[in-house]
Amino acid sequence: MTKNRLVYRKVLIMGGIMIVLMFLYMTIGSRGNWSYIVSLRGKKIVALILVSICSTVATIVFHTISQNRILTPTIIGMDTLYIFFQTIVLFSLSHFHAIAQNKYWNFFLSGMAMMLFSLVLYGLFFKLYPGRIYLLLMTGLILGTCLRSLTTFLQVLMEPNEFLLLQSRLFASFNRVEVGLVGISIGIVIPTILYIFLHRRSLDVLHLGRAQAIALGLGVDRFNLKLFIMISLLTAVSTALVGPVMFLGFLGANVSYKIFETYEHSILFLGGCFFTISFVLLGQMMIEHVFHFQTTLSVVLEFVGGSYFLYVLLKEREVIK
Amino acid sequence: MIELTHVSKCYGKESILNDLSAMIEKGKLTACVGPNGAGKTTLLEMISRLNRTDSGEIYINGGEVNEWNSGNLAKTLSILKQSNQFTMRLTIKELVSFGRFPYTKGKLNEYCHEVIERSLVQVGLLEQADQYIDTLSGGQLQRALIAMVLAQDTEYILLDEPLNNLDIKYSIQLMKIIRELVDVFGKTIITVIHDINFASAYADNLIAMKDGKLFASGPVNEIINAETIQSLFDTEVEVIERKGKKVILYY
Repeated sequence: MTKNRLVYRKVLIMGGIMIVLMFLYMTIGSRGNWSYIVSLRGKKIVALILVSICSTVATIVFHTISQNRILTPTIIGMDTLYIFFQTIVLFSLSHFHAIAQNKYWNFFLSGMAMMLFSLVLYGLFFKLYPGRIYLLLMTGLILGTCLRSLTTFLQVLMEPNEFLLLQSRLFASFNRVEVGLVGISIGIVIPTILYIFLHRRSLDVLHLGRAQAIALGLGVDRFNLKLFIMISLLTAVSTALVGPVMFLGFLGANVSYKIFETYEHSILFLGGCFFTISFVLLGQMMIEHVFHFQTTLSVVLEFVGGSYFLYVLLKEREVIK
Repeated sequence: MIELTHVSKCYGKESILNDLSAMIEKGKLTACVGPNGAGKTTLLEMISRLNRTDSGEIYINGGEVNEWNSGNLAKTLSILKQSNQFTMRLTIKELVSFGRFPYTKGKLNEYCHEVIERSLVQVGLLEQADQYIDTLSGGQLQRALIAMVLAQDTEYILLDEPLNNLDIKYSIQLMKIIRELVDVFGKTIITVIHDINFASAYADNLIAMKDGKLFASGPVNEIINAETIQSLFDTEVEVIERKGKKVILYY
């Protein structure tokens, strides 16, 4: 009982911090100019929240399925596919083409490409090798490496101007988010998150391992397939919205394991999302008010997330010793 | 009743189970014995749909195992596996609570708490219920896992070497719990046991397996004799009788 109450209190505190930061972000230096602030920052804050939620939930689910807390969903090559898609579009069609120019088309098509890729890969895999998650990850890793090499090859051949355009598009950025895209993303993310949240207790059971979960009556292979598709969906949305952010979900997931010390997904999801949103907001405020847009949010996120990743890796090594 | 008809399984070219047919009596404690690599674990995995048969059928209460709805089967049959690793930190009580998942999908009601507490009492872990499982000794963890299977409260219980990691005291205690489940609660239990003497002392029926084939099956008293055990394990043994139980001496 006491343990539970403590955890709930932690979640509440985290939520409180998040709300304070949201408030701060919206009001700092606003000088009462509300209509301007709301339209400018409101748009950004929604995108920030969306991306935080997507990456945190996707990573936690991914960790549970793979029973490994160091992996990130990047390992299955979703963002590599996104980069490849953007590259090949700019390479084969000129940058005047509709797909390269129109954000909606781009969003839609790259999202579709990622979904198709994951559907084919997982659908095939869960049919052929049920239960062999690591083989699946390995295949994803190899395909990802292959795509990355192809991407580099194409980028080398590219016209310098188009390469610059591409590069600016591939850096994660929260400053150039389209309002229309945010709307579509919300439409995709909410049902997905809802599904995952409603199945949080089945996810808890997955923690016990495949055999134990089957013994408790969970249709593990079907469930995993669905979860994998949802992870790709979430990763695809987040990537298409702001570009690849690698360590954000990793940071959110691992910090919430550390803070909340529970296996219950309900708490991990809530607390983890609160943390990630707070972290991203803090980062964005620093960008806007300390660095005055001299650097991008993705640099801050990847720096902190990457450092934490190294820290976790080194700590794991000590445990093995 | 569980009925196995011509069950076979291969991994690659290696045959693990070869045309095995057997019956498992309801309301009895059946021990599965045999040398290492005889296919005992595989057999248990197949009965509990953790592993698929290559050919042959397994009927549980008349329904083929792969035709059973997985959620319903979890209310009828539970299994304790040989190796269990956990990636997360949880307490004994939380672990045991997972046993109620087939019934309530994770939401515990009054009755669940009752069953969980009863299971904890049965394995003698009620006082340590809030301890984290990564702080437990091998024996305590084994008992916690058994409590989880008990909480699942199923008609059939499959145990894959439940005596692993248990000292003599807890081995005997566990066998008594198992006996009680059969005699008092009318459960049907199938267990893989390495110590043939435990099988002899506590089980009703034996299924002896060797090289993926059924070697012998039937009531304990009919199976256990020096000749059968010797050829089953390829080891010289002596069987003596003491207080109506057969004891196998092998060293």
